[in-house]
Amino acid sequence: MAHTPTPYGMLAEFETAADVLHAAEKVRDKGYTRWDVFTPFPIHGMDQAMGLKNSKVGYFSFIGGVTGYTTGMLMIWWMNAYDYPIIIGGKPMFSPFGAFPPSYELTILLGAFGALFGMLFLNRLPRLHHPLLKNARFKLATHDRYFIAIETSDPKYSETEIRKLLESAGSKHIELVEE
Amino acid sequence: MAENANSLNVAPPPRELQREPLVANNRSIGWISDAVAGVIEGKTPKWWWWAFVPSVLLMSLLGWMILYLMVTGVGVWGLGHPVMWGWAIINFVWWIGIGHAGTLISAILFLLRQKWRTSINRAAEAMTIFAVMCAGIFPLIHIGRIWLGWWLFPIPNANGIWPQFRSPLMWDVFAVSTYFTVSLLFWYMGLIPDLAVMRDRSKTKPRKFLYGLFSLGWTGSNRHWSNYEKAYLLLAGLSTPLVLSVHSIVSLDFAVSQLPGWHTTIFPPYFVAGAIFSGFGMVMTLLVPLRTMLKLQDIITVRHIELMCKVTLATGSIVGYAYGMELFIAWYSGSPYERFAFLNRVEGPYAWGYWLMIFCNVVVPQAFWWKRIRTNMLIVFILSIFVNIGMWFERFVIVVISLHRDFLPSNWGYYAPTPIDIMTYLGTFGLFFTLFLLFLRFVPLIAIAEVKGVTPQADPHHPAGGAKGGHH
Repeated sequence: MAHTPTPYGMLAEFETAADVLHAAEKVRDKGYTRWDVFTPFPIHGMDQAMGLKNSKVGYFSFIGGVTGYTTGMLMIWWMNAYDYPIIIGGKPMFSPFGAFPPSYELTILLGAFGALFGMLFLNRLPRLHHPLLKNARFKLATHDRYFIAIETSDPKYSETEIRKLLESAGSKHIELVEE
Repeated sequence: MAENANSLNVAPPPRELQREPLVANNRSIGWISDAVAGVIEGKTPKWWWWAFVPSVLLMSLLGWMILYLMVTGVGVWGLGHPVMWGWAIINFVWWIGIGHAGTLISAILFLLRQKWRTSINRAAEAMTIFAVMCAGIFPLIHIGRIWLGWWLFPIPNANGIWPQFRSPLMWDVFAVSTYFTVSLLFWYMGLIPDLAVMRDRSKTKPRKFLYGLFSLGWTGSNRHWSNYEKAYLLLAGLSTPLVLSVHSIVSLDFAVSQLPGWHTTIFPPYFVAGAIFSGFGMVMTLLVPLRTMLKLQDIITVRHIELMCKVTLATGSIVGYAYGMELFIAWYSGSPYERFAFLNRVEGPYAWGYWLMIFCNVVVPQAFWWKRIRTNMLIVFILSIFVNIGMWFERFVIVVISLHRDFLPSNWGYYAPTPIDIMTYLGTFGLFFTLFLLFLRFVPLIAIAEVKGVTPQADPHHPAGGAKGGHH
């Protein structure tokens, strides 16, 4: 494989939460699409500043929960009332009340699986490699610095314009990151 | 940008109305990473080894006790007619109750927007997971023929018979296993950003590799945070009904039976309150010394300890109310068996256990009304141990006292544990502390990203977060 480093994008560093929030608003208003903000903790208001829509994790969790409840009820009915019914203390073979506690727990179990794995799926995680993780300064993104990266794959990508935009937004350190 | 330039010129509220900051001494965001990661990166302290070696020895004692039980039979315990549920079930309920504080802190306080939870939720969740592991051992080994433990799973046995879901014991299997799994998922999800912090700080190859692997390639991308926060909210929303249901279902193991002393409708809420009470006791037993030993007083502040004392006071009072209500209903029911069961608790052969319970759970926590006591770490630590002891005795009272006087006096007995019972219980402390000490050395014990998020520096509309006079 020929080794010709292709740029991944431009990476700009910011020092405060307010700076990166306002910079994100500017990037959003310019109409970039392949870009992201990297912060050590979620910043309140950043989703609006980036123009992100409500997360879709809820759908995964809901489907998980419904599956869990139905599985529980059907499983208990099938095991105790259909496949091998046994009379116990004169109780009905199947009662939704007796079957409720395990079904309730399964609702929560599969709902939780839906939330976690849905989140990982939407984030395309786990991934073993990311171009930014090779960058030495980017290590501060989990410490106390804030970054904005605009990828070369963005249709509006232009090195000079992005540099100007991010500098005007207050970044003191901008660099080109290689793939 | 500056159209609301005067929005920050409003005078701050008077001193007595200002809340103490969650991170003391105005520490920077970077300092939080350094302080928490420093616990892992620093040299292993001497006290850690002094705690770890005895814990491992105790844990191996647990292994030997289980082996002895398996090859000999449940007769090695003090069980015998009429008390067929003894320490195993007491210990199960006690450990699983302890776990509840972790979930309360991580889920319910999250939904209630109690930001102080961020300093203690990681350690409390770890405590939950390890406590549930200790709890899970007991029902598994008390069944006698441990090799048939798989009958609890929804798999047909050799005769094609399925487990019987009309029994609360099956509900318990689902409740406890779901509780363990969801607690683990919740804990791990909270850990992902913090493992990324550890990855980015690591200097050695194995650390870089392992923290890198378990942080799943987390970059701190806001697109990821957006999904992450939603998933966290959902998990908190799911864990809340879960934690309330788990101890309710544990209480149904007793309440669904028809034994006086067990057959009461107050059990589910009373068990949940007791579980949270005992769990906070354990969280304080662990964190009060740790905050000093690990020099984390700026993150786990005195205010945090005070708030935990208040939760303990509130739940302890609920438990006290439940004890009173139990006695009242026993009298009000008019059932002679019910009345006898409760009189027997108060003045029977095990009255010492009942009064010890009352003293530890109802009297002792009332001390937390006084701020002087809530802010004295040594006293808080000692009182928290009383809570742990008291809640163990509560389960002893429920299990043993209710069983030892059957309906007919010919079925009466007196139960005492054997040394094997005691050593098995002590062994679970070995397991718990071994896991907890390993957790302290390898995993950030405070949710770094979450604590950063509640500092003023994290707020883009606060001057400390870089807001320049105006609103954007």
